[in-house]
Amino acid sequence: MIERDAAGRALAHLVLIVGVLIVAFPIWYTFVASTQSVETILRPPLPLVPGGEFAENYGNAIFGGMSRIGGVGVGTLLFNSTVMALGIALGKIVISLLSAFAIVFFRFPFRMACFWMIFITLMLPVEVRIMPTYKVMVDLGLIDTYAGLILPLVASATATLLFRQFFMTIPAELVEAARIDGAGPLRFLRDILLPLSKTNIAALFVILFIYGWTQYLWPLLVTNDNRMNTIVIALKKMVSFADADTPWDMVMVTAILAIAPPVLIVVLMQRWFVRGLVESEK
Amino acid sequence: MPKAVFPNRLLPYLLLSPQIAVTLVFFYWPAVQALWQSMLREDPFGLKTTFVGLQNFSNVLADPAWLNAAWTTVVFSVSTSVLSMGTALLLATAAEKVLTGKAFYRTLLIWPYAVAPAVAGLLWLFMFNPAMGTFAYMLRDAGLAWDPLLDGDQAMGLVVVAAAWKQISYNFLFFVAALQSIPRSLLEAAAIDGARSGKRFRTIVFPLIAPTSFFLLVVNTVYAFFDTFGIIDAVTAGGPARATETLVYKVYTDGFVNLDLGSSAAQSVILMAIVIALTAVQFRYVERRVHYG
Amino acid sequence: MAAIELQDVRKVYAGNVEAVKGVSLSIPDGAFAVLVGPSGCGKSTLLRMVAGLEAITSGTVSIGGRVVNDLEPAERDIAMVFQNYALYPHMTVRRNLEYGLRNRRTPAEEIARRVDEAARILDIAGLLDRRPGQLSGGQRQRVAMGRAIVREPAAFLFDEPLSNLDAKLRVAMRAEIRRLQRRLRTTSLYVTHDQLEAMTLADVLVVLNAGRIEQSGTPMELYERPASLFVATFIGSPAMNVIPHGAAVAAGLVPQGAPEATLGIRPEHMRLVEGLAASGDEAVVDLEVSGVEVVGAESYVTGRLGSSAVEISVRVPGHSRLEPGTPMRAAGGRAAFLRFDPQSGARISAVSGA
Repeated sequence: MIERDAAGRALAHLVLIVGVLIVAFPIWYTFVASTQSVETILRPPLPLVPGGEFAENYGNAIFGGMSRIGGVGVGTLLFNSTVMALGIALGKIVISLLSAFAIVFFRFPFRMACFWMIFITLMLPVEVRIMPTYKVMVDLGLIDTYAGLILPLVASATATLLFRQFFMTIPAELVEAARIDGAGPLRFLRDILLPLSKTNIAALFVILFIYGWTQYLWPLLVTNDNRMNTIVIALKKMVSFADADTPWDMVMVTAILAIAPPVLIVVLMQRWFVRGLVESEK
Repeated sequence: MPKAVFPNRLLPYLLLSPQIAVTLVFFYWPAVQALWQSMLREDPFGLKTTFVGLQNFSNVLADPAWLNAAWTTVVFSVSTSVLSMGTALLLATAAEKVLTGKAFYRTLLIWPYAVAPAVAGLLWLFMFNPAMGTFAYMLRDAGLAWDPLLDGDQAMGLVVVAAAWKQISYNFLFFVAALQSIPRSLLEAAAIDGARSGKRFRTIVFPLIAPTSFFLLVVNTVYAFFDTFGIIDAVTAGGPARATETLVYKVYTDGFVNLDLGSSAAQSVILMAIVIALTAVQFRYVERRVHYG
Repeated sequence: MAAIELQDVRKVYAGNVEAVKGVSLSIPDGAFAVLVGPSGCGKSTLLRMVAGLEAITSGTVSIGGRVVNDLEPAERDIAMVFQNYALYPHMTVRRNLEYGLRNRRTPAEEIARRVDEAARILDIAGLLDRRPGQLSGGQRQRVAMGRAIVREPAAFLFDEPLSNLDAKLRVAMRAEIRRLQRRLRTTSLYVTHDQLEAMTLADVLVVLNAGRIEQSGTPMELYERPASLFVATFIGSPAMNVIPHGAAVAAGLVPQGAPEATLGIRPEHMRLVEGLAASGDEAVVDLEVSGVEVVGAESYVTGRLGSSAVEISVRVPGHSRLEPGTPMRAAGGRAAFLRFDPQSGARISAVSGA
C-alpha cells in the first residue's frame, strides 16, 4: 500500500456495501415477496424481511402445478431449462473441441477456409437471423423439440477460438513425444489434450451453461407447447399486470427458481467462471 | 501453431463435420435466406412474391418508425453502457482499495450475470410497477407521477436500469482484472513523484485501463443491441407508444407479429451490417492489444 | 541395437527451400554420433527425419537394416529426448515412463520391471509419484532419459537435450549421458550447437553446414585435421586464428609470390617470445596487444597483426599482465600452420612449409 489511507479504505468499503445492496436488492426483494401471501404482495410497501409463507408457496409451486401456464409443473420447466442449458453447454464444448483439434493438429486442404467459416459466425447472432432460422426449424420439424431448442445455439465461434488458442500453446514436442510413444491422434486427444484442457472446459462450461439457461428469444420462438417452455419463458407468460387473477406468490417463487440454478453455479464455480469470462474475451 | 501435426487425411474432416454442419444449416443457410428475403415483397395474403431489389431497404431507411427505433436504440445503448460501466468502475476501484473482504464483495457482485435478461427485467418491474411495486408506491407518495406503463421516458429509465444492473458483474470483473494488471511499481513511482491519489487515477490508472474500457464499450453496445431483447419484451414490450422499441425488437414484431417478411429481413440485414462493423472495431482493438500488450 | 544408415537424404520445404542437401552417413551399431553445426544448418531437420517427425523428400533412412522412410515414428523403434523434455505435465513420472509401453500393450509386469530398472539406473526411484511440475530441471532431464530407456529402442535420438540446463548441471549431465550410452550400447544420434558438448560426447562427430556434411570422423580427427576452414574454426575454443593471404605476406609469414592460401593456427600452437628467441622451424609475427582474457590456469592474449584488422590469439600459461597497446612477438611451429584454399575453404595440405 502506498498510503496508510484508513479514511479512503473506509470510503471504499462504504461504496462496496452500497454497491452490493443495489446489486443484491432486486433478488432479495423477489425472495421476500416469494415468502408472502398474494394479499401482502399486492399491498405495498413490501416488508423487508421474509414472511411466513415460504413452505406453503414453494410447496404449492413445486408440487401444485400452475394453472396459469397450462398446468405445467415447475419441475417440468426446470427440467426443460436444464436440458437446454446442458445441451448447449456440452454440445458447444464437444463440437468446438473437436473442430479446434482438427484445425490446430492437422494440415489438410481447406483448413483455413473451415476456420474462417466458423470464425464469421461470430458476426451472426441469432437475433439478426430470426425469421429464416425459424423457417429452417419449421422445415426440419424441430418446433417444440429439445433439438430445436439446442441445435441452432450449439455452433460457437467463441468456444472454438478459445480452444484453438489454448491448443496453440501446447508445445510441439509434446505432440511429437506422444507420436513416438505410439499415440495416434485420437489417443493423444483422450490421454493428453483432454486432461490438459480440464480447467478450460470447466470455465467454458460455466459460461455456456449460463448462456443456455438465460436464453429468451429463441425458446420463445421454437416452443408453442407449454410443456416445452423453459422456466424463463414460463415466468414471462405468467406475469400480467392487467389480470387480477395473477398468482403473484407463485410468480415470485418461479422467479427465484429461475434465478437460483445459474446463480448457484456462478457462485460455487466462481474460480472457473471468472477465468472463463476474462479469457473468452473474444 | 505447432508444426508437429498428425498425418491423417480424412480424420480432420470428420472432426470438423459436426460444427460445419450446424454452422451451414443454422447460420449460413438462414443468413443467405435473410439476404434473399430482404429483396422480395409478399402481398398481404402471401399469395404472390415479387423481386423488388433494394426497395425494402430504402423503405426501411425512410420509415419514421424505423428511424425512431434506431434513435431509441442509440439512447438505450449509450445510457446502459455509461450507467453500467460507471458503476462497475467505481466498485472495481473500491474493491482494489480494500484489504479485507475482496472475495466476499466479489461473490455478492457477480450474481446478476447469472440472471436471465428477461428475469432481470421482471425483478425491476416487481419493484417499480404501479400496481404493487414498493418503489412505485414510494415514488407516488413522494408526489411523483410514476407510471412506466404510460410514460415513455420512465419506461426507458426502467429498462436502462434493469439492463445496466445485469451487466454490472461483467464490467466489474473486467475492470478488476485491468486494475490488477497495473504494475504496483508504476503507482509507487507516481506517488514518489508527488501525485496524490486523485491525480494518480487520472494520469496513470485511467490511461492504462483505457483499452479495457474501450473493449467493454463495444461489448456493452453489442449487449444492449441484442441481448436485451428479453428485458424489453418482459418489461415494456416496446411500449408505451414505441418509446422503448429497439431495432432488434422491431425486427421481431415486424416479422412475427405484423408478418411483413421483406421489411423484417431487410432490417435483419442492416443489423448484420452493424454487427460486422462492431466486430471489426473490436478486432482492431484486439490486434492492437496483441502488439502492445 | 542397430546401425543407422542415411543415403543421400534431402529435405525440400514448400517454396523450394532446401534444408538438407543430400546427406549420406553411416553410424555403426552402438556408436554415439553427434551432429553439430550453427543454427539453421539442418541438423535438427535431419534428426527429425530419422525420427519420422519430418517427411523425407528423397533418399533413404534405414535403422537396423530396415528402410523406415514411410514408417510412423512409433514404428521405427527409436526413442527421443527433447530439448524441453516434453514430459506429459498431467501424468506422474511413473505414468510418463509407462505411457509408450502401455500404448504398445507391453505386459504389466514387463512394464514394471523396465520402469524400476530405469529408475534405478537414473536414480529417480524416489520421484516416481511426482508430477513433472514438481521436479527440478535436472530431474526432468533424467525422467526424459528414463522415458527413452524403458522403451529399449534400437536407437536414441537427442535433440539438444542439455541446452535448457545451467552450465554446471550441463557438464554433469553430459558425463552421465555418455556413461549411460556406454553402458547400454544403444546407437545414438545427438544434435547440438555446442561444439564442446559435441567434442566430449561423440564417437563420430559430424559437422553440418548449410544442409551438407562438412566433415565427419572422430573428434580428434576433426580437430587436428579439419577438412575445411569452416570445420577448423567451428571446432575448438577459442577459435583457430585465421590469417588471409595478404596479411600473411605483409607479416612475412609467407614469401611474396607464394601460391595463395589462407593460413590457420590454433592459439595453443603459438607462444610469446622475447626478441629473436624463436627457433628455426618457427614462424614469428609481431603483434600489438588488443586484449587479454584470463581463464584461470591460462590466459589468451589477443593481438592485432601489423596494420591489418587480423587478430591473433595466443595461449599463455598463468596470468598474463600485458597491457593493451604494448607490442609483442609470437611464434608458432611452421608445422602447426594449416593452409586452406581461399575460395573453397578446403584444406590444401596437412602441413605447410611457409
